[in-house]
Amino acid sequence: MAGLKTAAPPAPAAGAERPAPPARPRTARRRRGVGSLFVLFLAAAYFLVPVAASLWFTVDDAGKGISFDAYAKGLTDDGLATSLLTSVLLGLATVALGLLLMVPTLVVVVLRLPRLRRLVEVLCMVPLIVPPIALVAGVSTVLSWEQELASTPFYRTFQLLQNKDFPLVLVLIYTVMSLPFLYRSLDAGLRAVDLRTLVEASRSLGASRTATIYRVVVPNLRSSVVSGAVLSLAMVLGEYTVATVLGFEPFAVWMVHVGEYEAQLSVAAAMLSLLLTWGLLLLLTNIAGGRARNRRTTA
Amino acid sequence: MPASSAPPATPILPRAYRRLRRMRWPAVVPFFAFLAVCFGIPAGTLAYQAFMVVDPATGESSPGFDNVGTALSGAYATGLLGSVRLSLLTAVLATVLGAVIAQAVVNSRRSALRKAIVSASGVFANFSGAPLAFAFIATLGTTGTVTRLLDLSRTGFSLYTFTGLVLAYLYFMVPLMVVTILPALDGIRTQWREAAASCGATRGQFWRHVGLPVLTPSLLGGAVLMFGTAFASHATAAVMTGSSVPLITIQIANALSGNVLVGQENLALAMSLNMVVIALLVIAVQIPLQRRSNRWLA
Repeated sequence: MAGLKTAAPPAPAAGAERPAPPARPRTARRRRGVGSLFVLFLAAAYFLVPVAASLWFTVDDAGKGISFDAYAKGLTDDGLATSLLTSVLLGLATVALGLLLMVPTLVVVVLRLPRLRRLVEVLCMVPLIVPPIALVAGVSTVLSWEQELASTPFYRTFQLLQNKDFPLVLVLIYTVMSLPFLYRSLDAGLRAVDLRTLVEASRSLGASRTATIYRVVVPNLRSSVVSGAVLSLAMVLGEYTVATVLGFEPFAVWMVHVGEYEAQLSVAAAMLSLLLTWGLLLLLTNIAGGRARNRRTTA
Repeated sequence: MPASSAPPATPILPRAYRRLRRMRWPAVVPFFAFLAVCFGIPAGTLAYQAFMVVDPATGESSPGFDNVGTALSGAYATGLLGSVRLSLLTAVLATVLGAVIAQAVVNSRRSALRKAIVSASGVFANFSGAPLAFAFIATLGTTGTVTRLLDLSRTGFSLYTFTGLVLAYLYFMVPLMVVTILPALDGIRTQWREAAASCGATRGQFWRHVGLPVLTPSLLGGAVLMFGTAFASHATAAVMTGSSVPLITIQIANALSGNVLVGQENLALAMSLNMVVIALLVIAVQIPLQRRSNRWLA
């Protein structure tokens, strides 16, 4: 169910056309404004203090003032580069697999098989009911059959799945875990446009099937594809539970291992991961916002 | 992209139509096949093996309810209860705090501020697990910055407790609630306030008789989402508190890695099954509510 936390993409456009505030007595309005600002100030303190404190923790060298040793160590540490690269590759593979499965399915379901829509929705949401720890409990049991299958061709598949350099089994599990938010963002994108009419229009204007896919379907889904992809990527980059139970070492697991002897380095890595998430989501809002602006100017 | 055959613009011959019909299936088959293998097999194994008892002497397994029984008694019952308690408390707190903050955002009416808060919420809602645990250890842990600054160890505060977990969980749950509930709060029309005000209602009366009843389904839906998120969380607690606070997710991970006793895989599966059952019960609450909320806030 951890996937849920990314299920609600930021809604930048919402409230853009809110009606003007009602006329009310000035003092009441001012009091309300002050109350809101006070609430937001408290919230800002709660959210910014841990970030500031962590940053200070990484540079504070007891008795010697400020030192950037933790960052220097991080830059020279092989583990950081390797594990981060593994995480990024796992993330990209997860996104690619998820999109390859979901985009054609949802497009065909909307265009040709509307009866399946409900079924696909339910199936995509089912992983929310099975928490990652429960899913990985099932997976590790399945993987433990490896020895019993030693004489069958499946043995090689099992070994390939658990390749230490690039654990494919993680890609498969992460793809299952990312289905709910891929579905939500793609479904929102598909609901926003009447794809069936657009495709019919394109076809009756003489466009070929391929041209219709590339010039009508894909551009209309671009922003929802990007938002689903970014959310899955953010999930994979910070994933710890599944990887640690199965004994692999992507970024988050490395962070925990290194924390056992280098507290500062792991906190620095945690801040790096916050920065990465922030960068990814900024990219998302920029791409999505850019699309919205384009559409408005061309309309 | 396989077989995304566009719909026929004009009526076509039955035989050609049947051909098109066949061609749309290849696009959806991989999806169902993938789910069957990558989700169906582990989930099926989970449900089946949870009811298989391994005889420690012979290594033979036979059907039985021993694992499920063990998973619901003793230390494991404490863990399950601990998880439910933590999830309930954080869900209620996150729902209330998230709604208050979101309402403050709506009230402030500054679009730049709103944009900043919405994107910050998106970031912090995704900042969970191991990185979050380290941020809190660096802030409020034994040698944390704030702990030393305010000399918190003297007051008896410890991050590695139930309270510490609540503090850490709220850090990603409140922002998640903010982004979840904002659209619903935007749906509270200004006209309703005006109508209430012109009938002589105070602000408190407006919220009690109009605002909250309309929002109740969304708030409950948000609370269910919060509960599910907290209930499924494992990494934050595992890194921050280890096993010092009994939680079902950590007990499952321990049983899987053989930290406690060897051969407890099936017990881990039984505990996982209990989690799934609780998650199902909680999510079932949400479904009828969603429909009511959509009617008002569409």
